[in-house]
Amino acid sequence: MTSLYDELGGAVAIDAAVDIFYRKVMADELLAPFFDDVDMERQAAKQKAFLTMVTGGPAHYTGRDMRRAHAHLVAEGIGDAHFDAVVGHLAGTLKELGVTDDKIARVGALAESVRNDVLNRDPAV
Amino acid sequence: MTGRIRRGNLDLVLEPGETALEGLLRGGAAVPSSCRAGACQACMLRAVSGDPGPLAQQGLAPALREQGWFLSCMSRPTGELVIEEGPPPAIGASIAAVTEIGPAIVRVRLEPDEDLSYRPGQYVQLIQGDQVRAYSLASSPAEGRALELHVRVHRQGRMSRWLAAAEPGTRVGLRGPAGACFYTEGRPEQPLLLVGTGTGLAPLRGIVHDARRRGHTGPIALIHGARDAAGFYLVDELKGMVDGPGNFRYVRCAMSGEPSEELEIGDLTQVTLRLFPSLKGWRVFLCGSPDRVNALKKQCFLRGAGLKDISADAFLTAEMPPPVRARARGA
Repeated sequence: MTSLYDELGGAVAIDAAVDIFYRKVMADELLAPFFDDVDMERQAAKQKAFLTMVTGGPAHYTGRDMRRAHAHLVAEGIGDAHFDAVVGHLAGTLKELGVTDDKIARVGALAESVRNDVLNRDPAV
Repeated sequence: MTGRIRRGNLDLVLEPGETALEGLLRGGAAVPSSCRAGACQACMLRAVSGDPGPLAQQGLAPALREQGWFLSCMSRPTGELVIEEGPPPAIGASIAAVTEIGPAIVRVRLEPDEDLSYRPGQYVQLIQGDQVRAYSLASSPAEGRALELHVRVHRQGRMSRWLAAAEPGTRVGLRGPAGACFYTEGRPEQPLLLVGTGTGLAPLRGIVHDARRRGHTGPIALIHGARDAAGFYLVDELKGMVDGPGNFRYVRCAMSGEPSEELEIGDLTQVTLRLFPSLKGWRVFLCGSPDRVNALKKQCFLRGAGLKDISADAFLTAEMPPPVRARARGA
């Protein structure tokens, strides 16, 4: 099965998606403080890596990477509400780009699979 | 493994958290530096062998990266780094004229010994003795070989005060150009918004002229921000361009004073967003003080401008020399 990443058009399409997604996240009062990096290019690069991963593109993250990358945010208080909000903006972004609901659901499932790693939780909890 | 740097006779182990630049200075090497934040490129050095670290080559042209050039202020090597001795190549230039064009702002015209290939909006490093500072180019190669800089004369500025007092014929060194804040062809109809504070007007003036010369047809809007009405310069030239051909809008924005038909009063970011509430599809250029530029960049992005369509050049001020007493204690 071809990945949504390829169906969307690969890296070029992801670039367009990053702008929309990052804008939604920055406009969200719950999330903005955690994404408010002065270096917007660096932040956008992280978003691109994230979107590449959840659309099934070439990404090479392990659960450990996810845990390490988000540990400081968990210490600052991110939790399920933040994760849900990000997934919501992700779905909104894909909808704006004309992606069908069944494919958005597939992306949502991929995102869901990293929830415990991002939130640095034991999978059994 | 701890970082270790070698350059000529110098061989030292870096302390935890220490940059290559700090290590070199501690070891007595004479390396010029200015912003110490990876922007001005004054501290650029070339690695003969070893890895200067991932941040040290960010923003450098691919050709420079391949040759091993890196910014020593951003370099935290984890292994051994061998650095070439001697400064990067520079070209000579003569100061042709220094003219006061605004409050504590002088225009410096330079005659370089050879043609400098640059895009209006880029910047050069000016070298005088052991001092190096980055200045944006307000000129355009289409106007001839001479270069034009707008220099804010800081009360304690070593380079700026020296420049303001320099006699015609005085020699300086030039390195560059550098920077990615310039007009790119391909979308002549795209609306352009340029916002700058203080001498951030210099690169923006160059970019506007460049865009028009390259046949830009879309609207161009330039907003210049200053503390008060006395802080604006080049007003007549820019007003003249509004009456000229093409679709050019010129707005002055002061933080305080009496508003008039010609003058907006208020916070530069707020005024910009009020005049341009939607920036979807726009190309945006931002130059000037870092806090203004960063705030504008974020807001322009939120108002619809694509991140890749925003070029920002934050002007960092050189670190001041330590107070005499502190230096005496350290000696």
